[in-house]
Amino acid sequence: MATAADRVPVAKTYKIYIDGKFPRTESGRYFALEDDDGATIANICRGSRKDFRNAVVAARNAFGGWSGTSAYLRGQILYRIAEMLEGRQEQFVAELVQQGLSKRKARNETEAAIDRLIYFAGWSDKYQQVFSSVNPVSSSHFNFSVLESTGVVSIIAPDESGLLGLVSNVAPAIVGGNTVVVLASEKLPLCAISFAEVLHSSDVPGGVVNILTGYRAELTGQFSSHMDVNAVIYCDADAEIAASIQQQAADNIKRVIARVDVDWNKTSAQHPYLIRDTQEVKTTWHPIGS
Amino acid sequence: MHNSPNSLAFNDGWQYAPAPESTDHISLEKQFDLFIGGKFVAPEEGRYFETINPATEEQIASVGLATQTDVDRAVKAARKAFAGPWSKMKAAERGKYIYRIARMLQERSREFAVIESLDGGKPIRESRDIDIPLAAAHFFYYAGWADKLEYAFPGRNVAALGVAGQIIPWNFPLLMAAWKIAPALACGNTVVLKPAESTPLTALKLAEIVQEAGLPPGVVNIVTGAGETGAAIVNHADVDKVAFTGSTEVGRIIQRALAGTSKKYTLELGGKAANIIFADAAIDQAVEGIVNGIFFNQGHVCCAGSRLFVQESAVDEVVRKLKDRMETLIIGDPLDKNTDIGAINSAGQLETIESYLSLGREEGAEMYQSSCAVPERGYWCRPTIFTGVSQSNRIVQEEIFGPVLAIQTFRTLEEGLSKANNTPYGLSGGVWTDKGAKIFKMTQKLRAGVVWANTFNKFDPTSPFGGYKESGVGREGGLHGLDAYLKLEAR
Amino acid sequence: MPDLNQVASVDEVGVNERVARFCSRSIKKDSKVEALKMVLSMIDLTTLEGQDTPGKVRQLCQKALHLHDAVPGLPHVAAVCVYPTMVGVARRALGDNDIGVASVATAFPSGMAPRQIKLEETRIAVAEGADEIDMVISRGAFLQGEYGFVFDEIAAIKEACGEAHLKVILETGELGTLDRVRRASVLAMHAGADFIKTSTGKIQRAARMPVTLVMLQAIRDYFYETGRMVGMKPAGGISNAKLAVHYLVMLRETLGSAWMTREWFRFGASSLANDVLMQIQKQATGVYQSADYFSKD
Repeated sequence: MATAADRVPVAKTYKIYIDGKFPRTESGRYFALEDDDGATIANICRGSRKDFRNAVVAARNAFGGWSGTSAYLRGQILYRIAEMLEGRQEQFVAELVQQGLSKRKARNETEAAIDRLIYFAGWSDKYQQVFSSVNPVSSSHFNFSVLESTGVVSIIAPDESGLLGLVSNVAPAIVGGNTVVVLASEKLPLCAISFAEVLHSSDVPGGVVNILTGYRAELTGQFSSHMDVNAVIYCDADAEIAASIQQQAADNIKRVIARVDVDWNKTSAQHPYLIRDTQEVKTTWHPIGS
Repeated sequence: MHNSPNSLAFNDGWQYAPAPESTDHISLEKQFDLFIGGKFVAPEEGRYFETINPATEEQIASVGLATQTDVDRAVKAARKAFAGPWSKMKAAERGKYIYRIARMLQERSREFAVIESLDGGKPIRESRDIDIPLAAAHFFYYAGWADKLEYAFPGRNVAALGVAGQIIPWNFPLLMAAWKIAPALACGNTVVLKPAESTPLTALKLAEIVQEAGLPPGVVNIVTGAGETGAAIVNHADVDKVAFTGSTEVGRIIQRALAGTSKKYTLELGGKAANIIFADAAIDQAVEGIVNGIFFNQGHVCCAGSRLFVQESAVDEVVRKLKDRMETLIIGDPLDKNTDIGAINSAGQLETIESYLSLGREEGAEMYQSSCAVPERGYWCRPTIFTGVSQSNRIVQEEIFGPVLAIQTFRTLEEGLSKANNTPYGLSGGVWTDKGAKIFKMTQKLRAGVVWANTFNKFDPTSPFGGYKESGVGREGGLHGLDAYLKLEAR
Repeated sequence: MPDLNQVASVDEVGVNERVARFCSRSIKKDSKVEALKMVLSMIDLTTLEGQDTPGKVRQLCQKALHLHDAVPGLPHVAAVCVYPTMVGVARRALGDNDIGVASVATAFPSGMAPRQIKLEETRIAVAEGADEIDMVISRGAFLQGEYGFVFDEIAAIKEACGEAHLKVILETGELGTLDRVRRASVLAMHAGADFIKTSTGKIQRAARMPVTLVMLQAIRDYFYETGRMVGMKPAGGISNAKLAVHYLVMLRETLGSAWMTREWFRFGASSLANDVLMQIQKQATGVYQSADYFSKD
């Protein structure tokens, strides 16, 4: 019981993040996130089909602008996200601890998430150079292949890595010009929404990253079946769920990217092939003549 | 220039006499078995099916019908070859086998061209000048990659996948076999390939070359059959990778079938490409591009420029020139060296095309066909254009896979672009303009894997090919085409 | 005068691809013989040398009349093409025959002379009996962008021609790009040319199929627009029968049957006739021929 001398802490309301805004779930439903002792930490939005639909609309609308943003600027914005996260480290450490991590692990994860953002920020204007080609065709044509963003990417983020896992999957997708709709960890959802607040203050245009919380069992099907989603990334599904994701993805020939059993804490979990996963190769021909 | 009566005449006066390619140097057995484990073997159940010449409706040969058991034998042979000689061989030696295939194909190119045209109906000019040389070039290109793979993917180690199951379509039978087999072998895999049931012959002749080239038994296996045979390959538990080229409909079925497995897959599916002509284009060359875009290979081309968009101020000129150009197209005997448009590949495909021709007219579009004579026997479709159509017409939305062009107009760049991208497909596109900056804007904004600017329907082994959206997953050709046949691992 | 900025641009690679298609046509048997005879009938047998003499010109006219009498049923050539000073000689040598006499004029081949001189030269050639005048355009003026000057000059020569047909030589090898070839073609046709012609034959880059295709397409567009047919004459560099047949294929598939006569298409050539004759003989006998059996004049 709080004594008269104690200050009553202000509890945070965790909402979802769609189109650069923080609405409550349209369903009005929530679930209680509890600590190990069964005490409620926070009420978490139980995102719905309609929330997802709205998020995809926002992501599609944002895609043209974001994919057309210069590589340099996308790098700057990712770097800005890292800066903002650095400044709010303590909040994230505290949230991770609240969700059961040791203080040391929580700090490591937060720092790793910041560093990962810096890592991918740096790739923004380099992956194209690494993965593009000029193709020496036999005819009198100039021919080159470049990467272009796949489009709207749905991400079912790792359940076991609330912050770093989320950042590790969002950063390579958006640095490559995609827009994303993310389903946050069901077990560890707090940091996802706080991270949305970081995004919100980091010059990331509305709709580029949309983050939902909720039950995976309810939303996975939406993430894999929506006809206006071009690629789906899943990070820890059991065999049956993985199969259902792949099945539903076939409705519009989505690219299906499985990132299961990855230890996101390792630096080997960061590489430019994560960017390439959500890129299309476009080849252009033009005559050489007068 | 509008509605001028001054018209040109192409159908009288001096004509070209028939110039048939000779067939006397072709040896074709009456019956083909399956190619499994380096030998031609009879199908387990002893069933055969006929492959016919679509230009004459005559049977050419009977071909083994591979069942589940046969596919199983082929996969076992491929697995054994993979575990044995093929993966133990030095990469450079592997490459030399592929070079051999390329060379032998070049030596026998005329024979292959004739068989390709006999079996599939495509004009000999195309099989001779495009299909066969490109197939050989593909083997030549990928042969050189075999011992250089570590340079293709910075920061990664690469490893072969194992057994690749490959299913190819009937529009470019040998070329598609080359697109599939060459990179698979270069990357150290072994393959089980199924050619399309209406065009199995050149793949079986390729099996002869594989045999003559002395590849270890089982490295390349060719099984013939229809959809069930394909399904047996896709669903085989010991196949590590599935590569498919064909319709989006079947691609979807395959993607679903592979759900829950760890098989890697690439899909090269349908298309409904926009070919966009700006008023400032080099119009005469653009008209050639339109013709090449939609009438090449009877329009049996997944990347065909089947939706034409012409800027309004140029549409009269373009359509007039296109109609005149269509009058000079020669339709008929695929083996005649002057034939521009050969036979439709099968009775079924002709029926599909004709149903779209009816549909187009029912939808109120205006149909125009060239006036060329058409042989009495065989499957034929005159070059056809539809005007007076819009995005809502089904002939604009659906892949017809025939010599049928739907023509629309646009006023501004943005309108052209937004109509062009208004499709679930995204395989290819074309842009014609004399202005450089506009080319880059258009080619950048078109959501398609291959964009031809001031040209169309060009292919090269070094040039990656493949689609966005429902046109498929993955690329074939070039450095990027290696990815489909390798595991990439952290160094 | 037409607005040359409105003339559609030309893509060289696309033109070359189209030409390659013409060259891949296989012309055999009857259609080959028919084509070869058509080629003969379209030849402007040419001698344009500083060393030309009346004797040489008379020999050329004799060849024009009797290409190879050993083979019956051969057509004669369309015309002989000579310098103005030889027009009278040629006219007399050809007599009443319907072989035309074409005269180059306008300070051929450079065209570097005052306009009055060019007009006077044209009038003299016509007075001597020339049926056709092959003029050259002022390339320097054209390359400078003095399109009005070039247009007026052609129109003036056309007037000086009177009844004679005017062929306008663009000397495409000096124009540099296919875009300029197309513009020059449009300019010449609007100024009154009855024929447009590629080359003088006096510089290295003479007629080529891509250049000729661009000119044929310009002729077609002009016909679409005005209904007036303009003829085409590639000249120089077409020395063998096979190449000439490729030109006919190109003509047929670009302008259609109406242009497939000597009235609308000519080959400016000196050695082409004999190669065509050898081919015709080969088709008749099945045996490859030697040049020793065909007269050189």
